[in-house]
Amino acid sequence: MTVYILCFAVLLIGIYGVLVKRDLIKIILALGIMGYATNLMIILFAYRKGGHYPILEKGREVTAMVDPLPQALILTSIVIELGITAMLVALAIRLYQKYQTFDITKIRRLSG
Amino acid sequence: MNHSNGMTLIVRTVTRLSVWLIFLYGIYIILHGHLSPGGGFAGGVIIALGFLNVMLAYGRGFIQRWLNIDFMKDIEASMAALFLAVGILGISFGGGFLANFLSKGALFRLLSGGTIPILNILIGLKVAMALFVVVWTLAIMHLEEGGQE
Amino acid sequence: MILPFFVIIPLLAAFLIALISGDREDWAAILSILSVIILLVLSVYGFFALSETTSIYEMGGWQVGHWKLPVTILLVQDALSAFVLMVVSIIALAALIFAVQYIRHKNPTWKFYALFMLMVTGMNGVIITGDIFNLYVFMEIALFAAYALVAFGGQAEEYEAAFKYAVMGSISSTLILVGIGVLYSATSTLTIARIAELLPGLSPSLTYWVGGIFIAGFGLKAATMPFHAWLPDAHSSAPAPISAMLSGVLIKALGIYVLIRLFFNMFADYPVFKTIFLILGSISILIGSFLALGQWDFKRLLAYSSISQVGYILLGLGLGTYWGVLGAAFHLFNHALFKALLFLNAGSVEVALGTRNLKEMGKLNRIMPVTSATSMVASLSISGIPPFNGFFSKLIIIIAAVQAGLPFYALVAVVGSLLTLAYFMKVQRYGFYGEKIHDQVDTPIGYGMKTAMLLLAVLCIVTSLMVIPGVLEKTLDPIANVILNRAEYIHSVLGR
Repeated sequence: MTVYILCFAVLLIGIYGVLVKRDLIKIILALGIMGYATNLMIILFAYRKGGHYPILEKGREVTAMVDPLPQALILTSIVIELGITAMLVALAIRLYQKYQTFDITKIRRLSG
Repeated sequence: MNHSNGMTLIVRTVTRLSVWLIFLYGIYIILHGHLSPGGGFAGGVIIALGFLNVMLAYGRGFIQRWLNIDFMKDIEASMAALFLAVGILGISFGGGFLANFLSKGALFRLLSGGTIPILNILIGLKVAMALFVVVWTLAIMHLEEGGQE
Repeated sequence: MILPFFVIIPLLAAFLIALISGDREDWAAILSILSVIILLVLSVYGFFALSETTSIYEMGGWQVGHWKLPVTILLVQDALSAFVLMVVSIIALAALIFAVQYIRHKNPTWKFYALFMLMVTGMNGVIITGDIFNLYVFMEIALFAAYALVAFGGQAEEYEAAFKYAVMGSISSTLILVGIGVLYSATSTLTIARIAELLPGLSPSLTYWVGGIFIAGFGLKAATMPFHAWLPDAHSSAPAPISAMLSGVLIKALGIYVLIRLFFNMFADYPVFKTIFLILGSISILIGSFLALGQWDFKRLLAYSSISQVGYILLGLGLGTYWGVLGAAFHLFNHALFKALLFLNAGSVEVALGTRNLKEMGKLNRIMPVTSATSMVASLSISGIPPFNGFFSKLIIIIAAVQAGLPFYALVAVVGSLLTLAYFMKVQRYGFYGEKIHDQVDTPIGYGMKTAMLLLAVLCIVTSLMVIPGVLEKTLDPIANVILNRAEYIHSVLGR
């Protein structure tokens, strides 16, 4: 139970980072932290007591294994977040070229 | 230190000796994707990071002379199209989209598992090329100049 | 089985466009228009011929009974999916025909077409999937292409709007992934029909938690009221065909369709969710309309109007009766048509005159006849004037609210309709029929743009025929039945 509470704490740290920090790069890093927390939580759901890793090997009997499906899920999720982070970084570079700052309180031409 | 010229002599020598091992390790992970953890995506990332290692140690100018970035973009798009072609072949052989239509082979051998090793290789090459082209494009955007597309 | 082709065709088109068009940009346009025409033909066939039955396709040929694995990835098509697929294809075709001239002066144009095809792939995938993690993956594909397309023009405001949209979209996607994880750990399956079977046996607090997470996550994608802050910037800064696609179909295929699928077909019947939909819908209608009244930028006004019209759809869904759901589905189609048409009008004014400000667009009905006529058609439709289609869908929602014994929400809908009429009369008075400012256009608009606008305007008039009682049985009636009938969905997907 404590591992899930720690996972939730990491998610809250990520949300704090996105809401409070003013630097564009720190916002991107905080989104990454939120992604790590979510992937960790899904992996932790896969654990079975006394289970072994889910790979068949030569000369070992098939005993209880942990659940392999969430491992495939988080692999996909990590790839998606890699793509989103790459695009956010490219957008941040372009924003610096246009506005000459990384501070989001100064990037405010659209309002109303 | 001029950033587009790379790093010191020690870094360059060690890179020249060890980057081939990184590529070999990445290819091993891709090929054994159906037998041990890893597979297409993990191996592709390792190969892309090998290229990134060379770019950091030797500078952008060297990469522009050594590698052909347009060819990498072509490989990436064609690997994706080939993945879809394997999927469509799965439809025409009965079964559904992406069905496993080659013979499954014996357990624990390298040439087993039907279409899975082929898909692993396609994904591995695509991810390697795509990741390095993305990193290259981010590296040649200059922070100081403004206003261009 | 034609189901996987809805995803294969645009994906293949996207990769082929990236391969074959180095310098020749015509190939990209031809390939993408060809693939969208094929999609349109397939989806119209699917809607008119196959919407009585529910067809299922297992990917990879993994049948559930065949092996010992309880894992399968399903694609499901029933009447609701066929309907939304048709909407997506129509709007995509119109936006593509418009975009051929609009994008010509921006560099490199093949990237636009490849990203557009990826967005269509993602939306089609979300609509036909029967598996909840597959839904997440396709949703991320569509959103990724949308973030990149919002930033396509190269001006400063577009990058800022795209960054805001990307950050808020990523937070909501992470929340949705948390919800999917919790749902998987409780039921150990990912197929939506199987979760629907297992959920009533678990504790209700699980349903409340996961339902709340999903309303927050998918509500941000659908731009309901507390989560709407990204929409005015993103939809007003994007290029015009992309605004038409985003406001016309993306917020509906990714937001409203998924909410319908999850809350009507997967979760059991809890009245608290319907109350939440009613409240969020009515807040969206009122505040969206009030905020749109004060805008002088044409596209920003249209973006706020989108928020308010999506509120109508949520209000219809929250009523939960047969007529409410039918009115909501019909309004989904209508709003896609006339909002896309309005955004294409804004784009053509921008190309012809170079401005988006209502005070600078003078008396345009002499110099731009097609644009003014189609914008008058669209404004009358969205305000709810008979015989255009907006009148029928809003009337059905209002009557359904009165019939369900909730006259307060009917009053909200009527007030919203009056406010919509007010700000569209403002658009027409200042933008198209006011004092004369311009004597001629700077750049004449071509045949492609005129064709796209005329196509959507004709469809605005024709779709009001869908409410005639003979036609209603065939087209809209199966949709409402599919939405309301949860046991039927489980039975036809799982076969038991």
